[in-house]
Amino acid sequence: MKIQTILGISLIGATLFAGSANADVRDIRIGVDVPYEPMEFRTPDGELTGFDIELGNALCAEIGIQCEWVVQGWDGIIPGLMARKYDAIMSSMTINDDRRKQVLFSDPYFTPPSAWFAPAASDIEMPYPQTLEGMTIGVQRGTLQDNYVTDNFGDVADVNRYATADDMVLDMDAGRLDIVFLDFPVGKATLIDSKAGDYKVIGEMITEPKEYFGDGFGIAFRQRDEELANAFNEALATLKDNGTYQEIYSDYFEAK
Amino acid sequence: MESLTQWIQGLLADNTIFTLQTLSYYGEGLVTTVQLVFLSLVIGLVLAVPLAIGRGSKHRWIQLPIFFYCYVFRGTPLLVQLYLIYYGVVFIDGIQDTWLWVILEKPFVPALIAFTLNTAAYTTEIFRGAIKSTARGEIEAARAYGMSWWLMMRRIVLPSAFRRALPAYGNEVIFMLHASAIASVVTIMDLTGAARFVYARFYAPFDAFLFVAAIYLCLTFSILYLFRYLEKRLLVHLKPSGQ
Repeated sequence: MKIQTILGISLIGATLFAGSANADVRDIRIGVDVPYEPMEFRTPDGELTGFDIELGNALCAEIGIQCEWVVQGWDGIIPGLMARKYDAIMSSMTINDDRRKQVLFSDPYFTPPSAWFAPAASDIEMPYPQTLEGMTIGVQRGTLQDNYVTDNFGDVADVNRYATADDMVLDMDAGRLDIVFLDFPVGKATLIDSKAGDYKVIGEMITEPKEYFGDGFGIAFRQRDEELANAFNEALATLKDNGTYQEIYSDYFEAK
Repeated sequence: MESLTQWIQGLLADNTIFTLQTLSYYGEGLVTTVQLVFLSLVIGLVLAVPLAIGRGSKHRWIQLPIFFYCYVFRGTPLLVQLYLIYYGVVFIDGIQDTWLWVILEKPFVPALIAFTLNTAAYTTEIFRGAIKSTARGEIEAARAYGMSWWLMMRRIVLPSAFRRALPAYGNEVIFMLHASAIASVVTIMDLTGAARFVYARFYAPFDAFLFVAAIYLCLTFSILYLFRYLEKRLLVHLKPSGQ
């Protein structure tokens, strides 16, 4: 009798323990900064969409959890994660060492280059500190492009920092900016595709030095949520194997 | 003294945020904020005096437009006014080709215009109240002396109104300093802009904003001190006698 009770209790205990281990990967909220077309933006009727959103939803479905998207401005996006406003960030965030000190990253899910964009009539040929002297450069505040431009061009050119990519495009249209530095897919969607002929890419795609441009986009978690990060890494591997990743990728980045 | 320097050195030992570079951002931000606030206050003050006189005019066509201007600029948020002036003007067709664009291209002048119009509206109302509360006896005495309207304004009404408006105007100056914190939304690197830059770069909201809050406190303190001095000098006749 006694032994049975002990067995029973330990069985219940084991079940509870197993249950709590699974419960570590629960329904979560994901922080995202919109608009950043085509990675994350709203359709005309207000729905969130974009490569990050579609891939994020597919990952959550693969793990078997509900994910809710929380919109948060870029310059407060990491503090928001620390303040538990959401449990993850999936918002075109480049993995780099500075950010690694603050957050835990998933494996990279996408590696875009950065690129310079200027009005079609611009006569800038290559963006060097000498050629951009005295010009006004637009960047989004707190992005790795901001850091790169500030450190390399901050002494010779004016750097205008914007809260959103939209404000920057507005000022570019207004003629207040000579050149902007953006994630290439975003610049292509907002400046090249949607305003045919007004803008052009200057120079090459930029992915070096790694100190600034890091290792591609990752999903950011709080340092202690290792299990959550592992769950996303596994799901990402599965989606890459079964072709779902490729499907979403070609929806956004390949010519239709 | 020895221990104090040691304490500061210890504090700065693993400081990666407040380097010479970020401190220079704060320094430039301080200059920009002071320039912006000072210029808008001076221009706003110059505009507000005739507007306040006109606001009390008997002629409806002088009084009503000024009332409407004050109503609009006091009735809408400064942030909205700034957005309209900075991003809104762009939608006027062909403005890039006119001389106006030379001054509107950079964010400083649009912000200065927004701040000036805003503070002028508030200052107008402050002065109007002070002018209106001029003792009736003083005006009657001035009339009895045969002073013209202009002479009466210049010698009797305005000097005493300015003195009475001083404490309220001191408040407006401090409000303007704090309102200038929104300048960074149109890419101006003012004090708050510098703090937001440091915050975004080092993900350190406490350090970045506490530091800038301390600078704002120092600025506010010097404004308070200046106005206390002015009040002491200029309002001496209002004190109880025998002290």
